[in-house]
Amino acid sequence: MHSNCLSEHSAALRNKTYSSVELTQHYLKRIDSAKALNAFITVTEELALEQAQYADRMLHDNKAHALTGIPMAHKDLFCTKGVLTTCGSKILSNFVSPYDATVVEKLKQQGMVILGKTNMDEFAMGSSNETSYYGAVKNPWDVQRVPGGSSGGSAAAVSARLVPVATATDTGGSIRQPAAFCGLTGIKPSYGRVSRYGMVAFASSLDQGGLVTRNARDAAMVLQAMSGFDQRDSTSLQLPVPDYGNVLEQSIRGKTIGLPKEFFNDDVDADIADAIQQAIRELQALGAKTVEVELPNSEVGIPCYYVIAPAEASSNLARFDGVRYGYRTENYTDLDDMYEKTRAEGFGAEVKRRIMIGTYVLSSGYYDAYYIKAQKLRRMIADDFSRAFEKCDLIAGPTTPSTAFVIGEKNDDPVAMYLNDIFTNAANLAGLPAMSIAAGFDDKNLPIGLQLIGKYLDESTLLTVAHQFQQQTDWHLKIPDIPGVPGGPGGPGGLD
Amino acid sequence: MSLTPKEITHIATLARLKTSSEQAEFYATQLSRIMDLIKQMNTIDTSDIEPMSHPQDPALRLRADEVTATNLREAYQTVAPATENGLYLVPKVID
Repeated sequence: MHSNCLSEHSAALRNKTYSSVELTQHYLKRIDSAKALNAFITVTEELALEQAQYADRMLHDNKAHALTGIPMAHKDLFCTKGVLTTCGSKILSNFVSPYDATVVEKLKQQGMVILGKTNMDEFAMGSSNETSYYGAVKNPWDVQRVPGGSSGGSAAAVSARLVPVATATDTGGSIRQPAAFCGLTGIKPSYGRVSRYGMVAFASSLDQGGLVTRNARDAAMVLQAMSGFDQRDSTSLQLPVPDYGNVLEQSIRGKTIGLPKEFFNDDVDADIADAIQQAIRELQALGAKTVEVELPNSEVGIPCYYVIAPAEASSNLARFDGVRYGYRTENYTDLDDMYEKTRAEGFGAEVKRRIMIGTYVLSSGYYDAYYIKAQKLRRMIADDFSRAFEKCDLIAGPTTPSTAFVIGEKNDDPVAMYLNDIFTNAANLAGLPAMSIAAGFDDKNLPIGLQLIGKYLDESTLLTVAHQFQQQTDWHLKIPDIPGVPGGPGGPGGLD
Repeated sequence: MSLTPKEITHIATLARLKTSSEQAEFYATQLSRIMDLIKQMNTIDTSDIEPMSHPQDPALRLRADEVTATNLREAYQTVAPATENGLYLVPKVID
């Protein structure tokens, strides 16, 4: 069953090939057998079976939506009513959300079945899933390696076929980089497309909810259901959502793909560079044209991002004070002591680093030199994209300069970790939609991601190009062989 | 080092993070390296550029002045560390 993708499950549930309860039980067994990956923080078995039973009734009564009965998981920063929502942090380790995020609510209304909450870097701050209070997640392609981050649990879970789809969020690359590291399709929509209500905030002008899936068709189906205006999010777009499913079969003939010369430099691993070139030839064979474009300020994208994101984080995370929710320290003398100890004990090292950097760049005397300077660079980076998009319909390049690295390898060096976002964070600074799709493997059999960046609001072109690419290639169909988990390519076929 | 342990202690106080002197040393080293990365911003001239705070036009949406939210105090206080009679309890701040 788990070899089926989401679209195939949708058809099979309608044809009564299997029921939602059977499918849910199957995935729950797989999650249990793959515990060593540490992809989940919470598994909601009872709730899932209740939801599956309800979905089966809807399917039986022909009241089902396309997604009814399909199991899924939420990244643990989406608030889920009555279910632990930790954001990968000790400070929220006891937080049972009293309400649902809009995304959660919308997918529940579609009848999707929630299997649990996936592991993540603490407060989504990280590129390896190692900063989680709940421990590192392992990459299903090589369990010695990271799955990427911050949506590492979601990516590992989908890659290991523990769920057909999982929600994720992307502030600087946190959907696309793990999708690349795990051989998946990841989409970060345009800023404002998906409601941020009920997403624990990291950097509010950059955060955007999205998905990791096995292919573009699945992404289109679920994105359709989770997008749209929400009055509870002041930055939600009051615009109609296009029919993403309808555009998939369109030809990409005549589309112009911009290739930024800054994304094709010597910092990119040779295997990745080769795979990306090969992917571009595939797209050319499908009728797309290519043109070189320039993103001249992309080299300051990282420094700019690492001012803006921590600045916003230091402000957003001020709310964790041990008063209204979450962890409170045990021993304290007065209010300030309680705040300081609660936060010192509740946050991990990376979160503290970012809070302190953010506090510093916003502090009196440094605000103009750092924060305003970064905002000016942000404008220049966004303007670079506008100029590039005068010459092309979308931009393509590598998602990451390297493939998945070994757990622990970059732990002592925050700066080396930050450089993982080198190709991804510009899309967040500019608010643009972007995807990563599987485009090959390196010499260590680790997945390689092709990044596609679109014009503002143009998720459709990205999904079309990704889908057409996936009709010609089979990278997205490759399955990792995970020790102890049945059903991999070399395994006994397992539960399936 | 561009940030001293003394500066770290000051920043940590502003951020309400209790920090020991050894931790201040540790963070001074790490944050200095991050600040070195950040200072690469200065390689680009940004005079005449308008700062961009957000990807969208920042005009705020207005809505009719109607009551839409119900009172969820009880639900929200179930997750609080300490409450009494509908109030959040904190250490005494006034003598």
